[in-house]
Amino acid sequence: MRRYNQFEATKGKRAVKDSDHTTTITRADVQHVANLARLALSAEEEERFQHQLSAVFEHFQKLSDLDTEQIPPTAQVIPLTNVMRPDAVEPSLPEQDVLANAPDREGDQFRVRAILEF
Amino acid sequence: METTVAEKYRTVIGLEFHVQLLTESKMFCRCSAQYAANPPNTVVCPVCLGLPGALPVINEKVIECIVMTGMALNCNIPEFAKFDRKNYPYPDLPKGYQISQYDLPFCVAGSLELDEEDGGRTIGITRVHQEEDTAKSTHVTAPSGERYSLVDFNRSGVPLMEVVTEPDVASPEEAAALGRKLRQIVRYLGISTGNMEDGAMRCDANISVWPADAPTGNIKVEVKNMNSFRAVERALFFEQERQTRILESGADTRVTETRGWVETTGETVSQRIKEAAHDYRYFPEPDLPPLQLTQDWIETVRASLPELPAAKKQRFMAEYDLSAYDAGLLTQSRDLAAYFEAASDRAKNAKAVANWMSRNLLRRLNESDTEITECRISPEALAEMITLIESGEISNRMAQEVFDQMFDTGKSAPAIVKEQGLAQISDESELEGIVAQVIAENPAAVQDFNQGKKRAIGFLVGQVMKATRGKANPGIVNQKLQEQLRQS
Repeated sequence: MRRYNQFEATKGKRAVKDSDHTTTITRADVQHVANLARLALSAEEEERFQHQLSAVFEHFQKLSDLDTEQIPPTAQVIPLTNVMRPDAVEPSLPEQDVLANAPDREGDQFRVRAILEF
Repeated sequence: METTVAEKYRTVIGLEFHVQLLTESKMFCRCSAQYAANPPNTVVCPVCLGLPGALPVINEKVIECIVMTGMALNCNIPEFAKFDRKNYPYPDLPKGYQISQYDLPFCVAGSLELDEEDGGRTIGITRVHQEEDTAKSTHVTAPSGERYSLVDFNRSGVPLMEVVTEPDVASPEEAAALGRKLRQIVRYLGISTGNMEDGAMRCDANISVWPADAPTGNIKVEVKNMNSFRAVERALFFEQERQTRILESGADTRVTETRGWVETTGETVSQRIKEAAHDYRYFPEPDLPPLQLTQDWIETVRASLPELPAAKKQRFMAEYDLSAYDAGLLTQSRDLAAYFEAASDRAKNAKAVANWMSRNLLRRLNESDTEITECRISPEALAEMITLIESGEISNRMAQEVFDQMFDTGKSAPAIVKEQGLAQISDESELEGIVAQVIAENPAAVQDFNQGKKRAIGFLVGQVMKATRGKANPGIVNQKLQEQLRQS
């Protein structure tokens, strides 16, 4: 599933490659992913996650050792297709259950911190 | 020869339309899709709330709707399709991802032909894919100044179809025309209300302006927040002008960004620098098995397609001998076209039905903001009125009055004619008497006529009409006047 590799694109974007080459995941990759996940990481955490994520990534790189020449790409490993249901309505959750775990509420709505557009 | 600013540049527009499908239940769960008609957070369940462990199941009606749309847009319908996760964090997206389609959508490589009056060009349709709508958030500023947001999940998981065009659209007018055409098609298919005002249909546009003789560069501006096709046209016109001014200044300082249309000021305002597509980290949705469509099923859906606007328009022109304009007008909706056909079958004079509909009925419907389905004049009643005109019982002029009363009261034409004594006087002996009297009372006009002033007869016809309060059959009056003047 090469095309879903999120790291590939960011690598192409960087003008300068890391000089040490000790990890497959760069500091910039960590920062990029943290930003997408809206996580604020300290410098120490960036460093730690760079190594941990590299270890995870390299582990999965072992898959590249397999010869997949004769194997067609797939998006699914379960041999099922066309699992569907008729277009019919069934009762929804009772209102008290819907909001039972809401961090905060106002009337019948979930209340969250202000959503900023940018 | 000097070139104008408009000739120096060309505009490249690509459009994305989101269309909510009219299903009973949501895309991946059995909650009602009537999100607006229900109080907040009352049509939600673990699936559309994104609770851990909840599993989606595909609504089969949705697949039928999107495949029908693809066929109406001349798309290829691949036999294999799958869903993917599009990841981004936002409170209105409880799972942290939206189920959408990335590389294997239901419909690809189609086209949509614009009407002749809209330039007649064919616009490429890149793809039509299926996804789920998000929850609705409302932004609040408390009297204390504290800002927060409220989230209603009723809309979360409502089936949302996205139609993406090629960057073939060349002007704001064309963009609006394309949107209206697509809306007409989804309404014909009966798969969406297509209403922009309530968000059942939404349009985002990518626009960039380039020197006419240079290749298209890679900057583009995405414009959002237009809630009518008129707004789409205005926003794109504003953006076209804005980008042209920047290019005219000599330094291209544009950036790829998202700009929001502000209806009240008539401007677009920068919202954010656009994230590249791969930032969404798409990957196949592991909770949904892919779809393998059989040719048999695809052909069954194709056979169920209704007659589409373009085909209906052509048929109206051929079968009823209507002009392209009238045929376009009368096929703007399925209900209107059905009304026309029902009235024409009864009246046996399709041309007259078309004229009455385009000149009177549509005007009155628009003025009173009434749908054709709520019109108090039934197609049969309109046909009956036209029959009265053709048999000479009422004149065209009186029919205007009769028509207006039918529209307002719902009474039949014969009832109105009878009640108000509007029947046309076609009785020859009665008219002969009135004509004789008018000739006797207007010797000057008669003299003029006899001296060769043929136009004087118009005055005499007018006098007969006045004497009969407009009810005299003008053809017979004319004939009788000619006869009697020749004898005098």
